[in-house]
Amino acid sequence: MLSILHKQLLNNFQQEFPLSPRPFQDIANILGVSEDEVLSAYRELDKLQFISRIGPVIQPNYIGLSTLIAMQVPGEQLSAVASIVNHFPEVNHNYEREHLFNLWFVLIADDEHHLQTVITGIEGKTGIKTMQLPLLEDYFINLGFQLDLEDNHQSESVCT
Amino acid sequence: MIDPIDLQLIVAIQEGLPIVARPYKIIAGQLDLEEQEIIERLSRLKQQGLIKRLGVIVKHRRLGYQSNAMVVFDMPDKLVKQKGEQISQLAFINLCYLRPRRGELWPYNLFCMIHGKSRELVLQQLTQLIDSCALNDYPYDILFSTRCFKQRGAIYSIDK
Repeated sequence: MLSILHKQLLNNFQQEFPLSPRPFQDIANILGVSEDEVLSAYRELDKLQFISRIGPVIQPNYIGLSTLIAMQVPGEQLSAVASIVNHFPEVNHNYEREHLFNLWFVLIADDEHHLQTVITGIEGKTGIKTMQLPLLEDYFINLGFQLDLEDNHQSESVCT
Repeated sequence: MIDPIDLQLIVAIQEGLPIVARPYKIIAGQLDLEEQEIIERLSRLKQQGLIKRLGVIVKHRRLGYQSNAMVVFDMPDKLVKQKGEQISQLAFINLCYLRPRRGELWPYNLFCMIHGKSRELVLQQLTQLIDSCALNDYPYDILFSTRCFKQRGAIYSIDK
């Protein structure tokens, strides 16, 4: 079960993690606990895989080039195709979705040439065409993900 | 073009700050810079918008948000920015992007993401989205994710 401290640490510092020499001390001061309590609670959350990291979210396409890709994969080939796709280090967020286009992933590459090389590689290895849907405009201001942590039943499924 | 030291810094922290009392000092040691310079650079990158946010990145699936749907609309070009910004205001929306249409097979240009605790709740949120943003007149589709094959943040590298 998550403590009140865990919940505060999950929800309250997604946007403005302190930029100071002792950020965890600053958080401790805000919450009225000790720095050690904050550090050990974050280590627990990390170990339990409730947090992915404490780090930056980068605006897409400032560094390198990214695109969303969709593929129509025959159902019985989906797992095999997904693992071929995952094999490319440029791939992240690879999901099955309920649609004729049933495999969706994001590619991040250094530049257009690199991106097209990866796409050609994926199409070659899977024998399936891709649909490229690059980001044209971002309307969302990312303020993090506010969790409602009441009546929580946690998942045991971990994405690998 | 991004400053090479800024890029090194982002590469150094993209998989997460160390959970220790002085995390920026550890990063400074890795890059052979002063702790204060790390803090100043990160503050500037946030202010410039290259870092959209710096903070805790939660694993929402592990925390009970198991239902994830991509909702897509075919929105007239002259309305898409206004609608995209309106959609982004809703608390349960996590992303909202403009992407290109791809002919008859993929007529949708406005993409947003809903992460919810169950399929039923996500469908209720979709109804709420359509009502509150007056989206009834526009073709849409909802693509629930059923399997996650890979999930991780974007990984940038310094050179290839």
